[in-house]
Amino acid sequence: MAETPFILQERQFQRVKNVLVRLCVECAARAVFLVDRDGQPIAFHGDIGEMDTTSFGSLAAGNVAATSSMAKMIGEEVFPGVVHEGERESIYISVIGRSLLVVVFDERSTLGLVKIRSKRASYELASILDEAVAESASLKASSDGFFAEITDDDIDSLFN
Amino acid sequence: MTFINYASREINCKIVYYGPGLCGKTTNLQHIYDSTSPQAKGKLISLATETDRTLFFDFMPLELGTVRGFKTRFHLYTVPGQVYYDASRKLILKGVDGVVFVADSQEERIDANIESLENLQENLAAQGYDLATIPYVLQLNKRDLPNVIPVDELSAELQVKGEPVFEAVAATGEGVFDTLKAVAKQVLTELRKA
Repeated sequence: MAETPFILQERQFQRVKNVLVRLCVECAARAVFLVDRDGQPIAFHGDIGEMDTTSFGSLAAGNVAATSSMAKMIGEEVFPGVVHEGERESIYISVIGRSLLVVVFDERSTLGLVKIRSKRASYELASILDEAVAESASLKASSDGFFAEITDDDIDSLFN
Repeated sequence: MTFINYASREINCKIVYYGPGLCGKTTNLQHIYDSTSPQAKGKLISLATETDRTLFFDFMPLELGTVRGFKTRFHLYTVPGQVYYDASRKLILKGVDGVVFVADSQEERIDANIESLENLQENLAAQGYDLATIPYVLQLNKRDLPNVIPVDELSAELQVKGEPVFEAVAATGEGVFDTLKAVAKQVLTELRKA
C-alpha cells in the first residue's frame, strides 16, 4: 500500500512562510528554502532570481542523502549541518527531521549568524511540520477529503 | 511519498526509473524532456561522469495537468545502473511513489536485468517498500536491436506481479510515453485508493 501522502494545508504553509521570511531578514540571507528530504520543495522566500527552485530542492536533498550515508560510514548518525562556501555565495543546509532548511547567503551575512538563526527557525518549523504530518493521516482517512472526489475520468483526462 | 500542497494547489509524486547499466533509463528521460513543451517541464538535471554514465541521478519535473483544481507534478528520477553504485541507488529510491524497470532486451544482458531486478526488490525492502504493492511498470527497451529476447520470453523472466509491460525503443521515443503514462496513472489511482 502507498505511504500516507504528506499534506500541507494553507494555514500551515503560511506559518512556514512566515518563519522563512523572518529567518531571511534575521540572518540577512539572499534566500531561504524548506525542502522535503525526498527532494520536493515545500516553500521558499527571498531573491531567487532565475533559479530553478525545483532542481535546487532536488539537488539539496541528493546532497544531504549522500552526506548522510557518508556520516553513517564514519559512525555519525547524520551531519545535522552541511556548509558549502563559495567565493561570493554560500549555502548552509540544516536537517530538520524529514525536511531540510537551506539558507543561501553572501557577504552581507556570516556562517555563525546563519547557523544560530537557522537553529531557532528549525524548532518552529519542526513543530509546524509535525502537526502537518499528524493531520495528513486524518485528512487522508476522511471520506469527505479531496481524494475521495477524484474519479477515473479525472485521471484519464490527464493523459488525453 | 506524495506531497500535497493545499496553498499552491499541487500534487507532487516521485517516479524512479531503475535498471541495469546502459539499459536506457537516461535515454527515457532525455526523450521525455525533448518532447515536452517548456511550460510543462523544468530543467533536466544529469549528474553524470565525463563519459555520460549516470553518477548519482538524473532528474526532471513534469507537469501533467490538473485534477480537481490541483496541478499534478511528477518528479522523474533515474538511478545509476552500474553495479558498484548501489549506495546511490538506495538513496534515490527514498520516498518513491512509482517505479519503472527498464530492461535491456539484448540476450547478453539477461543476467544483468535479473540482478538489477533483485537489487530493486532488496533496496525497496530496505526502505520499507514492497514491490508487490507499489505502482510498477516493466519496459522492455532496445526492441530494435537484432539480438533481442522475444517479448513473451523476456516478460516471463522479468514480470513479477502481472504489471503492465511495454515494448520500447527509447532512443527513438517509441514506448517511452506509454510507459510513463501507465506508471503515472497507477500512482494517482493508488493515491485515491489508499
